[in-house]
Amino acid sequence: MIGIINYGAGNIFSLTAALDRIGIEYAMINEEGDMENYSHIIIPGVGHAGAAMQKLKATGLTSSIKKLEKPVLGICVGMQLLTRHSEEGDAHLLNVMDIETLHFANRVNLKVPHMGWNKVSPMQNSKLFQNIEKDAYFYFVHSYFIEYNPTFTLAYTDYGIKYSSAIQYNNFYGVQFHPEKSGKAGEQLLKNFCTI
Amino acid sequence: AGVAKRIIPCLDVKDGRTVKGINFVDLRDAGDPVELAWQYSAQGADELVFLDITATHEKRKTTVEMVKAVARNVNIPFTIGGGIHEVADAEILLHSGADKISINSAAVKNPALINTLANAFGIQFVVVAVDTKHIDGKNYVHLNGGRIKTDILTEEWIKEAESRGAGEILLTSMDHDGTKNGFDCTLLKKINQSLTIPLIASGGAGSKQHFTDVFLEANVDAALAASVFHYGEILIPDLKDSLRASGIKIR
Repeated sequence: MIGIINYGAGNIFSLTAALDRIGIEYAMINEEGDMENYSHIIIPGVGHAGAAMQKLKATGLTSSIKKLEKPVLGICVGMQLLTRHSEEGDAHLLNVMDIETLHFANRVNLKVPHMGWNKVSPMQNSKLFQNIEKDAYFYFVHSYFIEYNPTFTLAYTDYGIKYSSAIQYNNFYGVQFHPEKSGKAGEQLLKNFCTI
Repeated sequence: AGVAKRIIPCLDVKDGRTVKGINFVDLRDAGDPVELAWQYSAQGADELVFLDITATHEKRKTTVEMVKAVARNVNIPFTIGGGIHEVADAEILLHSGADKISINSAAVKNPALINTLANAFGIQFVVVAVDTKHIDGKNYVHLNGGRIKTDILTEEWIKEAESRGAGEILLTSMDHDGTKNGFDCTLLKKINQSLTIPLIASGGAGSKQHFTDVFLEANVDAALAASVFHYGEILIPDLKDSLRASGIKIR
C-alpha cells in the first residue's frame, strides 16, 4: 500500500485519482508514525520548490523521509525536493542526491515553462520503466530541471539540453513528468513503482 | 529537440453539461463532459480545455463536481476556464484535479490577479485567454466572450500578461472563430515571436491543413478547436497522422 506524503502539495487529487484508476491502494502520511504502515512512499509536488520545502519542513517529516529504506517516488517538485538545492527561491532541499535543480531560462533557447508531451529515454533497464516503450511520451510542466548526472540519471529528456527526467539513488526515485497525467505510459509507471 | 505540438479539443460547459452540439457515434450521453473528455483522451487528444460559460457563484459546486469526475476518469491534463476571480476560486479547482486554470475578462479588469495566482500556484497553473479582433489595422482585446471591445491593444496586453506571470497564452481570433477558414497565422506568428511562454492558437479551424499551417507558419505550441472535433469533421488520429506526415513533432 502506498503512503502519500501529505504536506500541502495542491495536486494530490490528481495523483489519488490515477491510483484509483489502476486499482492501487493508498493513504496519507501526516506524521512520522504513519510511515511504517506503507510499503511504498510517494512525494507529490507542484508549484514552487522553495515553498514546497518550507511546507515539507513544517510537517516535521524531513529527517524520517531521508532515513527511509523502502521505495520512495518523488513526482515533479516532489522529485526536485530530493536534490541538494534549487535555484527556485535559492532553496536548500533534502539532499538525498547531491545534484542541483536549475532554471531553464538562460540555459535553453526554448519556451519556459517546458509544457507538454516530451520523450523520456531510460539509460538502463529499470523496473520503473518496465513494459513502457522506449522513448514514450510523458506530460511535463516545469520551469526548473535537474541537471544530467552519470550517477543519478535514470532517464533523460531533451529540451534544448539533455537533462534528468528520472533519477534514482538506492531506494529513492524521482520523475520530473506527471505520471498521473501521462496517459497509459504514466499509469504503467505508477504500477511499476508498486512492484519495486 | 522540443515538446510535441499539442492538439486540444475545447468543451463549452453550462451547469455541468456540454452545450455545443456533439455528433459522436456510440456516446451514451452526448451532453456529459466526462464521457466526451474520456472519448477525446482515448482518441489521442493531448490536453483538454473546459470553458464553463455559466460559472455563477451558485453553479460553482456543479463545476467542481464535474472537474473531479474528469480528473477521476481522464489520464491527460486539462484546463478549466470561467468564473475565476480570486485565489479561492482557483484553489478549489486545483484541489479537484485541474492542471491549469484559464482567466480572461477577470484578468483584464484586474491584471494583478495574474500575479496573485502565479505566486500562489506557480506560473504553470495560469493560462491567460485573450479574445482579439482586428479593427482599422489594429488588434483589440475584447471581453465577455468577445461582446465588449476594449481600447487595449492585444500585443501589449499579452506582453503584460506574460510579465505578470502568465504561464501560457490562449489566443482566440474572433475574426476567424467560426469561419472554418483557418487560424490567423499572421497574428499568431507575430505574437508567438514576442513570447517566451507557450501559445495556444484558437479560432478558425476547419480542416486538417489548417492545423498543419498554424504549426508550420506560426510555430505555435498548441492548437485548439471545438466544433470540427465535436461534429466528427476532423478525427484526432487522422489529424495527427497528417501532421506527422508534414514533419511536425506529434505524440
